[in-house]
Amino acid sequence: MAYRVEVGLKPNIRDARGEKIKGRIVNDLKLPVEAARTVDVYTVDAPLSAADMEKVATGPFLDPIIQDYSIGKPLPPPSFDWAIEVGYKPGVTDNVGRTAREAVETLLQRKLNPGEGVYTSVLYFLKGDLTRSQAESIATGLLANTLIQRFEIKDRRSWDPALGMGMTIPRVLAKSRVRVEEINLEVSDEELLRISSQRVLALSLKEMKALQQYARDPERLAERKKVGLGVHLTDCEVEALAQTWSEHCKHKIFNARIEYTDEKGNVQLIDSLFDSYIKRSTEEIRKSMGENDWCVSVFKDNAGVIRFNRDWNLVFKVETHNSPSALDPYGGALTGIVGVNRDPFGTGKGAKLIFNVDTFCFAPPDYSKPLPPRLLHPKRIFEGVREGVEHGGNKSGIPTVNGSIVFDDRYAGKPLVYCGTGGIMPRLIRGEPSHQKEAKPGDLIVMTGGRIGKDGIHGATFSSEELHEESPTSAVQIGDPITQKRMTDFLLRARDEGLYHAITDNGAGGLSSSVGEMARDCNGCEMSLERAPLKYAGLDPWEILLSEAQERMTLAVPPDKIDRFMDMAGRMEVEATILGKFTDTGKFHVFYDGKTVAYLDMEFLHNGYPKMELRARWEQKKYPEPGFPEPRDLTLTLKQLLSRYNVCSKESVVRQYDHEVQAGSTVKPMVGAWNDGPGDASVLRPLLDSWEGVAVSSGICPRYSDIDTYHMMACAIDEGIRNNIAVGGNLKHMAGLDNFCWCDPIQSEKTPDGEYKLAQLVRANMALYEYTKAFGVPCISGKDSMKNDYLIGSTKISIPPTVLFSVASVIPDVRKCVTMDAKRAGDLVYVLGETRAELGASEYYALHGFIGNQVPRVEAQGARKLYEALSNAMAEGLVASCHDCSDGGLGVTLAEVAFAGGLGMEIDLRRVPASGIDRNDSLLFSESQSRFVVTVHPEHQEAFEDNLKENNFAPVGRVVSGKDFRIVGLTGAVVVRAGIDELKEAWKKPLRW
Amino acid sequence: MVNTQSAWSIAPKPETGSSLCSLLYAAFNGVIMKKVKALVLAGNGINCEMEMAHACKLAGADAADIVYIYDLLSGDVKLDDYHFLNLPGGFLDGDDLGSAKAMAHRLKYARIAGSGERLEETVLRFIREGKLILGVCNGFQLMVKSGLIPALGKTYGTQTVTLTFNDSGRFEDRWVYLKVNADSPSIFTRGLKGLYLPVRHGEGKFIPRDEGILAELARKNLIALQYSDPEYKNPTMDYPLNPNGAVSAVAGICDETGRLFGLMPHPEAYLYFVNHPRWTREKVPEEGMGLALFRNAVDYIRKNL
Repeated sequence: MAYRVEVGLKPNIRDARGEKIKGRIVNDLKLPVEAARTVDVYTVDAPLSAADMEKVATGPFLDPIIQDYSIGKPLPPPSFDWAIEVGYKPGVTDNVGRTAREAVETLLQRKLNPGEGVYTSVLYFLKGDLTRSQAESIATGLLANTLIQRFEIKDRRSWDPALGMGMTIPRVLAKSRVRVEEINLEVSDEELLRISSQRVLALSLKEMKALQQYARDPERLAERKKVGLGVHLTDCEVEALAQTWSEHCKHKIFNARIEYTDEKGNVQLIDSLFDSYIKRSTEEIRKSMGENDWCVSVFKDNAGVIRFNRDWNLVFKVETHNSPSALDPYGGALTGIVGVNRDPFGTGKGAKLIFNVDTFCFAPPDYSKPLPPRLLHPKRIFEGVREGVEHGGNKSGIPTVNGSIVFDDRYAGKPLVYCGTGGIMPRLIRGEPSHQKEAKPGDLIVMTGGRIGKDGIHGATFSSEELHEESPTSAVQIGDPITQKRMTDFLLRARDEGLYHAITDNGAGGLSSSVGEMARDCNGCEMSLERAPLKYAGLDPWEILLSEAQERMTLAVPPDKIDRFMDMAGRMEVEATILGKFTDTGKFHVFYDGKTVAYLDMEFLHNGYPKMELRARWEQKKYPEPGFPEPRDLTLTLKQLLSRYNVCSKESVVRQYDHEVQAGSTVKPMVGAWNDGPGDASVLRPLLDSWEGVAVSSGICPRYSDIDTYHMMACAIDEGIRNNIAVGGNLKHMAGLDNFCWCDPIQSEKTPDGEYKLAQLVRANMALYEYTKAFGVPCISGKDSMKNDYLIGSTKISIPPTVLFSVASVIPDVRKCVTMDAKRAGDLVYVLGETRAELGASEYYALHGFIGNQVPRVEAQGARKLYEALSNAMAEGLVASCHDCSDGGLGVTLAEVAFAGGLGMEIDLRRVPASGIDRNDSLLFSESQSRFVVTVHPEHQEAFEDNLKENNFAPVGRVVSGKDFRIVGLTGAVVVRAGIDELKEAWKKPLRW
Repeated sequence: MVNTQSAWSIAPKPETGSSLCSLLYAAFNGVIMKKVKALVLAGNGINCEMEMAHACKLAGADAADIVYIYDLLSGDVKLDDYHFLNLPGGFLDGDDLGSAKAMAHRLKYARIAGSGERLEETVLRFIREGKLILGVCNGFQLMVKSGLIPALGKTYGTQTVTLTFNDSGRFEDRWVYLKVNADSPSIFTRGLKGLYLPVRHGEGKFIPRDEGILAELARKNLIALQYSDPEYKNPTMDYPLNPNGAVSAVAGICDETGRLFGLMPHPEAYLYFVNHPRWTREKVPEEGMGLALFRNAVDYIRKNL
């Protein structure tokens, strides 16, 4: 027995959701829709009595003040031309359906049986003169993502008032029996490659041959026979190996042996970029800190751990979720944020989560080129990703405090979705260091949280490939922040009671990865897959092993604690299941219904993959230098730059994220007289009874990669640090995270310029070593995503090499923090740092359609000295405002400082410290690094200048009352004159939707 | 349409003029109330419990216990042992059926292990005993949707107003000015003129069932807080000062006793001057404005319960 319940707003109630949809149909799809109204539909597939159904429909499903409902027949529809109903496909996570199901269970005082369920959908009524194909394009282009959703369309004429849309029950039809397949690897090389591509293994021929070799060993064959296996590897084994060996999990490119040839033909051998540059820099910095080394656990756990104060440690991790977000922006981004939440949560014994960060790279929202197959329009991706992160972050109660959005046409092929999370944990838990964990032989393998379904299978290998025709849609899934929140509430309690030895998250590779990783502590495990709780029946063992279904953590629970652990889980409504135990047998041993389905040597699983050997060849590309004359009206140019997507206000996005939950918000993302100026970094206090804080910032400048990734990396590091310094961060206690997103750097037919792209990667790493070391800012964690390309037919789109450099610093007293807005008329305006003719790959050149060659270079020693001096001046309370100078240069920075403060400004360019510049536009829009605009109260002038002496800086003008923003140029004539309101409007307008 | 929600009528608690009377009343209820004890509800998507508890502590509560819904349902913790119930903000059950709907349903049907008592019965007893409830954001939505406020005529349990999607159709985090109704019976807003606090919600638009309800709310001064201009003088319908299009600019209401109060903005997010969005440029008082609400509650309890 199934019921269809419709719940809709009363006719006199405004439908904000409908209006929003209407706006997007009209603005984005350019289709004539006059009105849109929505109805929520619940399909209850369970034997409820009519009375109980009535109770549910009028209880949890209905807001009687504003809604009407109807059971078993349609609500009277509003005046409409087209009705479109959108629901999930069978098996796709339906969060509203899950909550509705729980509400039914609460009423019935029993759990629903397998096969019973509650499903939800939304019915849209559109009024407008549309053809069927237009209605369909609204359905597929906006309302539904057909990878995970189904839709149905009816027009007014074919609408039967008694029937409405009719009922659909998206029940999963279970397969009758599950099976384990053996995979014969004694085949030709061609066939090996076919197996790899057909099963989405993403293994190279060399790697497939390593599997072949492993299966051949006679001793091993005999051993395998004893546990009941045949001569071939099972699908479980091959799949587990492929996930474990994936680029995503093992970072094979970063660990490869690389022969690098520079532009002069000098050859250098690099054995692992990661060891040679990233890890080495951190090790050397830690050594130089000696006893004051505040790094606690770096590069070995799910996130980096540093000291916060005597009693607490700070944890931070940033991840990307690019490939899934390309196919389903909402689900991809949502799983991105709730997924990275589990990294700090699964670090050490587990951290309480205190902030999120997110940085997105998209093609521009007004992208008008034809879209190749399988690609969604950039604006749809933008909105979907934004909403996914909104739901993931807000519903988890974690403030989203920092981020940015970068636009470039080349992100049309794959958007980049960087999501990061910080956490805090007591240094000691029950007397033991909280950052240490170890699964011990005999500990039970316990999985907690969500159930396993077919969603998210092959995520790790899928993201280790370019987006292509056959990219699996099963890799797409939807996160469930509430199930995860319940789980984290429970696990923090279990942690504090000392109920487990180790914890890790189930992300890429699912159980095969989480259990496989934990089993390294003790060297072995045994687990039985049939015990794993499933969303629906019919999964093959290899699917259970690999599924990346979300909201799950795996724990090692000692036998004497298991009863307490399971009891607490039950009370807190968290599902926990014992899957097996950790052993010291050296084997990754997996059963299904008592039969062995995988029996792999731990050593082979983790270290059996052959090391990659790659070649990199660098060449310095040359671009035409622009020859345009200095524009006569630089006021117009300044406004154009303020309106560039990469410069303009992102407030509409920022405000949709809760950046204040947990009440530690100290410097907010938007600051100034009207709470709308662009803050450089956020500061929060994780402990409400202390003035200590964390400043969180980031740097990203992919445009510079077009010229030289070495300088791109240097600039990203400098920008991240500079932003942090600008609010009051200090180099003494500052850590970085590197997140590389690259286009395929392996030379092949698909990638004829692979050697160049790999050289770009090498150079970025060289810069990372040089600059993190020069600044004394160690990387504590990082990640790479190496196949950000799109390749279908003859169309290939590769992203520009992109690194997000995230920075966190510990601030001893947040009351010393500084914001970027001009504070008072009469204050002195200073420019700190030298401006050079560095307009290569600048926003200004891009505005004119050029790249140029003079990419900004970071002079680290001078920058470090300046940052230290500025930090001291801030600590003494001498700085009224401080703003980092980046995209759009000095012109944009000065304007932002003025309009954020609601004050005018008078500036004289002749006083700006500069070298090699003889044009006003170059001076205003050069993107030279390591610069700030600072304002200082006149009474602090002397002390401020005394702090800064020996650095390159100068007073360049004053903050003035009123709204006049004026810049005098190199010849003494006024070159920019505008009201701050018009400048602000130019800056706010582009993304205000 | 059928409204299946029952109406619970509650007899008013006797006026407690003297401390002796109060003591007798407490003794009558079998509880010795020497210390102010606050319970801060947590779990199932609630996410402001830590700062709510912190606010209670700062305001002088002797205990501010974070208690999970499950701890109440298991009978391990008894609401009867507390004076001040805090319903913090968050996303109860993900707001999946509309904000706080699933929890309102749970309140009505879920039973406490051991006693078998429904959760709502313990809450009603709590109200009957003259105790205090504060709901913020999602907690306010829960109070409204389970009919705990405004509870006109003290008929607790009948929903007469709602909080629904913002006119903008989006979640927003921004600071708002709130005019306090000096004539309101609300214990929480006593002595206050205006408040500056952040809102962080997607479903905060206040809508009464009909004009009659709105008129009664106004007549009884139950509209304790309204979105206003920065001088706290005039309620406003202008976005973004009124961030959601709330009818009559309603931001917070109380019941007729003034002991139950709910509001969309977050007082617990402004306890320290550094929470103020412009503390680096304006003179702001050392103490955050949100704390006053909690202090009023704690003072009331100390004097009266």
